Amino acid sequence: MTDMTASPASPARKAKSLYEIDARTKRRNAAETRFRLYGLAAIGTGLAALVVLLITILGNGVPAFKQTYIALDVELLESKLDKNGNRDPDDLAKISTFSIAPLIKNATTELATTMSAEVPGLTEKMVGDMISKEAAGQLRRFILNNPDLIGTTQSFSFLANGRIDGYFKGRVSKESALLDGNVTPEQLAAADILVRKGIMKTQLNLAFLTSPDASDQRPEAAGLGVSILGSLYMMIIVLALALPIGVAASIYLEEFAPQTWVTDLIEVNISNLAAVPSIVFGILGLAIFINFAHLPQSAPIVGGLVLTLMTLPTIIISTRAALKAVPPSIKDAALGIGASKMQTVFHHVLPLAMPGILTGAIIGLAQALGETAPLLLIGMVAFVRDFPAAPPEGFFDPATALPVQVYNWTQRSDPAFFERASGAIIVLLVFLVLMNTLAIILRRRFERRW
Amino acid sequence: MPGQWLFLLLCVLATAGYMIGHRKAVSVSGGSNRVMHSLMPYHGWNVALAAFLSGIAAMVAWGAIRSITGIPDGSNVIGTVLTLGAAGAAFWLSLQQISREFRARNSVETMVKGILILASSIAILTTVGIILSMLFETANFFGQYSWTKFFFGIDWAPNFRGDSDLGMLPLLWGTLYVSFIALLVAVPIGLFAAIYLSEYAGPKLRAVAKPLLEVLAGIPTIVYGLFALITVGPILRDYFAQPMGLGESGSSVMTAGVVMGIMLIPFVSSLSDDIINAVPQSMRDGSFGLGATHSETVKQVIIPAALPGIVGAILLAASRAIGETMIVVMGAGAAARLSLNPFEAMTTVTVKIVSQLTGDTDFAAPETLVAFALGITLFVITLGLNVLALYIVRKYREQYE
Repeated sequence: MTDMTASPASPARKAKSLYEIDARTKRRNAAETRFRLYGLAAIGTGLAALVVLLITILGNGVPAFKQTYIALDVELLESKLDKNGNRDPDDLAKISTFSIAPLIKNATTELATTMSAEVPGLTEKMVGDMISKEAAGQLRRFILNNPDLIGTTQSFSFLANGRIDGYFKGRVSKESALLDGNVTPEQLAAADILVRKGIMKTQLNLAFLTSPDASDQRPEAAGLGVSILGSLYMMIIVLALALPIGVAASIYLEEFAPQTWVTDLIEVNISNLAAVPSIVFGILGLAIFINFAHLPQSAPIVGGLVLTLMTLPTIIISTRAALKAVPPSIKDAALGIGASKMQTVFHHVLPLAMPGILTGAIIGLAQALGETAPLLLIGMVAFVRDFPAAPPEGFFDPATALPVQVYNWTQRSDPAFFERASGAIIVLLVFLVLMNTLAIILRRRFERRW
Repeated sequence: MPGQWLFLLLCVLATAGYMIGHRKAVSVSGGSNRVMHSLMPYHGWNVALAAFLSGIAAMVAWGAIRSITGIPDGSNVIGTVLTLGAAGAAFWLSLQQISREFRARNSVETMVKGILILASSIAILTTVGIILSMLFETANFFGQYSWTKFFFGIDWAPNFRGDSDLGMLPLLWGTLYVSFIALLVAVPIGLFAAIYLSEYAGPKLRAVAKPLLEVLAGIPTIVYGLFALITVGPILRDYFAQPMGLGESGSSVMTAGVVMGIMLIPFVSSLSDDIINAVPQSMRDGSFGLGATHSETVKQVIIPAALPGIVGAILLAASRAIGETMIVVMGAGAAARLSLNPFEAMTTVTVKIVSQLTGDTDFAAPETLVAFALGITLFVITLGLNVLALYIVRKYREQYE
């Protein structure tokens, strides 16, 4: 040390106080600050993308849960509905929506005459078109359920046409109506008046969750009922197959498998399967389950089987991690008091690993719930209006799934379906949040750390 | 008898087997555990499992025979009789075996082990199924369409009256272009996020930001697809493509690439995070000791040390991007073209697999079968990338263990 202090380090550089920062240090410190900022910016970008994604989906989708309704008094004319006057259920069942339409038309004509003074140029047909084409079906169901009310006048709350509904949600304006063949500015003016009078109302629309899909012309009536049920059926199948098979496979690989090339092959296989693109599983499902085994198309059973094969690697990987986390001392203790290897695993290791296994299973299930691509290939994009029957027969009935329904709606021309698709996404995300919360709670509450 | 009822019947038989076996074991033992080799429940389980497994085995065997020989569905009675016969025989035989010396536990454990082995072989069966199902149809396809034209053709124009051009190159180009843009977005953001989180961030920020970023990985791809379709696509079209005169379409390589990049951020960041954390602390300390700033340490010590692992992570992300379907179906468009303009709609391998296999399909026409050839190409590419990536990551891990 004494040598160094005696001779100056370098004659070129003047000795300076450490507090005085030279240019090079400044540059290096600036580079340091910049580097930190890049990192912060990267995290900020990622989080901003998440926020924007969620906000746009919520903003687009929340209106799907609200719908515009029109209150109308409809006279259920006996002459149209029950010519014989005997209320025979078999005769009533034959009533077509075609013969019901005039009843609604009578009501709208009445409405049109009261409104024509306020809105010049409003025709009867325009008022009639303000009501959803679904109204006749709604009225038919009401009559079939209440045949004794035929002949009376009842007040109904009908869905408004998708364009009128869009007017209140900001999708349609009086300017755009001029260019639109499906709606006229007069109808929008009439809608304004009806709202003022309290005849037309925008209210919560729970039918979105329960009713089936609807055709292109009636986006206002389209709902998620069939697809939620279809997704539920598939999840039941996935849980019933993937969990036991996955746990059994992991137990074998983790506890029993001898270290041979076969075991190695299986392990490499599983880690590769986890990374195979999901659409390839769709091709597998199409070729094996539909073309070879002749299972029905667009049935939850096929979707469930394909998703099971997809989820298996995820479940196996997390189950093995959970089994590995059980300390060897527990196994040794069990073996030491004379338990067989099988008894050790099933009586001690497996129960202790259960929280971890279930957490992994729920996360795998959540993945399967959001999967779309393989389901497209096995025909689940079909337009399905009938609810599948109760299981087990229902597993073979045609159905759709939540994410596929979203895709299906984005392929339709009416922009009202985009709102529905975003609404469906919200439902899907709510399910996913619930499942993941459950997984986190399970992990927090039951998982033991040794 | 339909399969599900037969299955239920087998379950009932197995339950009965457990109870009867258990009771017989109790009576054989004369009420004392000590004279028996195995505990009573094992005798019950032995009967139940033997009956159930033989029944299932007969059912599967009969199904296989039927699908190979092509015996029509009407002969279902034989299957039922066979299944129940096998189950009944096993039931009776195993019931006869019950004695004081009978090693029921060993027998049960062998059967359970068999079940476990069977379960783990399903992973192999799945891979074999994937390969076989695509291989057969691909061979079929190449019987009808020349493979040189498929792999090297630059025109994609399927025509359901026949005489289509089914060249793969435009699709492959679209796939690679979209993936490239996705990686261009995901790699810098993901890598910098990982560096910040593992090197700079305090425990509080880390506890919040890391899970939030990982939420991005948990969001289903259909959500990203919708995001591309109704938000990102129109924005890119109105504010970038149209003012610059580059395109008029909302769906474009750029749209799909950017959205897919967002999806891949957590993928890159969490993998790189693990890898950066695996770099030994002594290397950092050495660098600090020589007077390097933190960022210099990262750039000149940590990144070079972690590079193989990071490359592996990027390869895994690339394989994800190549196999991704919903985002490109909804965001990239359907027109097959070879172009450099990122604001033009292009299409990818996965999009065409979906479009050729949905709707009315005729499994004799090359226009449908081409999807299987595309599928196997996709499978081989992603498998190659995965194997390479896993190899690199594993090699890297050994380096520091």
